[in-house]
Amino acid sequence: MSTAKAAATPRQQGGPPFLMALPALLLFGVFALVPMGIVVYLSFTHWDGLGSPAWAGTGNWREALTSDVTRHALWLTLKFMLVSWLVQTPVSLLLGVFVAGRQRYRALLAVFYFVPLLISSAAIAIIFKNLLDPNFGLGASLDLPLLNQNWLGDPELAFYAVVFVIAWQFVPFHTLLYQAGTRQIPASLYEAAAIDGAGRLAQFWHITLPQLRYTVVTSSTLMLVGSLTYFDLVFVLTGGGPGYATRLLPLDMYITGFQSNEMGLASAISVILVAAGLLLSLIVVRFSGFSRMRSQQAGV
Amino acid sequence: MALRTPIRVMATASAAALALTLSACGSGGRGAGADSGDGALVWALTQGSEATFRASATEWNKQHPDSQVTYQYFQNDPYKQKLRTAVGAGNGPVLFENWGGGGLKSYVDAGKVTDLTPDLDASPEWKNRIFPSVLKSATFDGKTYGVPVNGVQPVVLYFNQELFKKAGAEPPKTWDDLLALVKKFKAQGIAPISMGGASKWPDLMWLEYLVDRVGGPDTFAAIAEGEKGAWSDPAVLEATRMVKQLVDAGGFAKGFTSVSADTGQAEAQLYTGKAAMILQGSWGYGTIATGAPEFVSAGNLGWTGFPAVTGGKGDASNIVGNTANFFSLSAQASAKEKKAAVAYLRDGVYNDTYIDSLLKNGDVPPVKDLDAKIEASANADWSSYVYNLTGDAENFQLSWDQALSPELGNDLLTHLDQLFLGQIGPEEFCAQMDEAAAK
Repeated sequence: MSTAKAAATPRQQGGPPFLMALPALLLFGVFALVPMGIVVYLSFTHWDGLGSPAWAGTGNWREALTSDVTRHALWLTLKFMLVSWLVQTPVSLLLGVFVAGRQRYRALLAVFYFVPLLISSAAIAIIFKNLLDPNFGLGASLDLPLLNQNWLGDPELAFYAVVFVIAWQFVPFHTLLYQAGTRQIPASLYEAAAIDGAGRLAQFWHITLPQLRYTVVTSSTLMLVGSLTYFDLVFVLTGGGPGYATRLLPLDMYITGFQSNEMGLASAISVILVAAGLLLSLIVVRFSGFSRMRSQQAGV
Repeated sequence: MALRTPIRVMATASAAALALTLSACGSGGRGAGADSGDGALVWALTQGSEATFRASATEWNKQHPDSQVTYQYFQNDPYKQKLRTAVGAGNGPVLFENWGGGGLKSYVDAGKVTDLTPDLDASPEWKNRIFPSVLKSATFDGKTYGVPVNGVQPVVLYFNQELFKKAGAEPPKTWDDLLALVKKFKAQGIAPISMGGASKWPDLMWLEYLVDRVGGPDTFAAIAEGEKGAWSDPAVLEATRMVKQLVDAGGFAKGFTSVSADTGQAEAQLYTGKAAMILQGSWGYGTIATGAPEFVSAGNLGWTGFPAVTGGKGDASNIVGNTANFFSLSAQASAKEKKAAVAYLRDGVYNDTYIDSLLKNGDVPPVKDLDAKIEASANADWSSYVYNLTGDAENFQLSWDQALSPELGNDLLTHLDQLFLGQIGPEEFCAQMDEAAAK
């Protein structure tokens, strides 16, 4: 479309008319904003899902904010977020850079690494539940004492087992991001560096990593905010147990609402979850400089 | 502690439930369908007695063309939520399957269930054929809100006869016998007891039995009544100490806290000779008979009641478990629908063919005077054991997580899990449960 023609219809210069956004806005309103409003209302009521909600004032909020269980769940979620990020980022960064090469064997490996992303969370959870079983699992069948731990039954180990399984599921996705990011880096940079005598490690450190800055930000944002929503896999794998060891906030919300039938309290927890998600996104955007993104290739 | 759903089916089941909701809307809410206005729609579970329900509906509908029953089947866990949502929205079925106890009581309190007492009183031959101990689970304040529709599910101690023979051991009669057996089997490198501890509810069976044996049925009755400090009763404290003693003695197979009860792996430990005993509901027999038919047919599976506790107040004939599943009648149904439903419950459920069908599937119905039928059934040894156990029981305690409110039941399972893990001690467990009950 030539610029001359666009200028001839000045009405369109400010982008498409507002009306075109209406269907999307309507859907968002009906399926996101309205339910969210109802949840905020429910968080001030006692409701067991059967009768009608009874006004409870700030009771649920007091309980959500002071209960050891919810506070532990919140703390666990933050810890989980951090540990997940620390595990997934280096692994997917290195894998991504590695498979960004054009050799055929790397393409083949990339396909293998990608497979976990294609399996549903529930299926992954069931597979790992069986693999980690202390009596009939991988460790017991192959008679490997090191592998034969009480992975999902020990409160300490269970947390890291969940971190591992989730990493196994999501590393492929982030690897894909890094692979794409790496392929965008102009070859001329590496050629120049090679002429200057930089080795592979120096090239990675001084060219690849800085050039991937925004990919890191994107991937980290997705990882951190995503950590707030992990539910299905953990639910099937451990159900929040043993004890409270893997009862992340979304799981706490579900158990409170649908197993204990305390819908009001569960609503309060879910509002906390929404607030935490919003806050987290804002922080990441603010401190990563995501909002004032500049070209990565100035001067190239 | 009702029949648990393997979680792998949950996702598909939820989708199916959603699809059913939509199609149910299409056919006009809770009615049985457009063609028979005064029939009854029944919601039931896919596991357990589905075959019997299907056969029963076919037979009933052949004989009663003017008041048809229509069944819809659901998976266990999604069913609980779907039922709650549908009934809450005034869109529930006429009859629905449930577990009695605290779950049913929350429906009663919300005024969603019809009192069946007048109908039962009007037909003594119906009321009198059911075991009273079972009917109790659906009775609140002297009014009955549900009738049992399938087999009883008492919890018994299964054991591996082969391992017992090899060790020269006898099934435990007392708690001390059991502790001695733990030592004996450990010395031979065999896990004494296997358990699906990751599912939490198998833990509960131990506490239920021990509290009953130590303090008698009154101890839990006080808890169920919500009496202040009932969880700190000396009998509960003693029972939790005994649990801890058993865990510390290495009674449970290594890694029991990560074994899920839904996968049948705890039962598999028993029949593969890795573990000597397992405490499980009567459905465990089916799991073992399916997993290792030759193990059962060779007579290697043994079973016995929970051991007595010396000096305890509880009678050793007392049992715990799930009494049976119930059908309850919606308060939202029309008078015509109610009439059809009551007629079906009275004459269509637990009639001769119905009982034969249950027995064929290894279910033992809580119905009086069945001895002859049971002796002629396929699993006669097992069925008559369960039948007599239930009939002779002084007290049949409904599983606590079903008897209590869902909220308290959930707290109980989590705290108990922590007790088995050694994260909290007996005193702490009692104090925390008192606190949770006071909320």
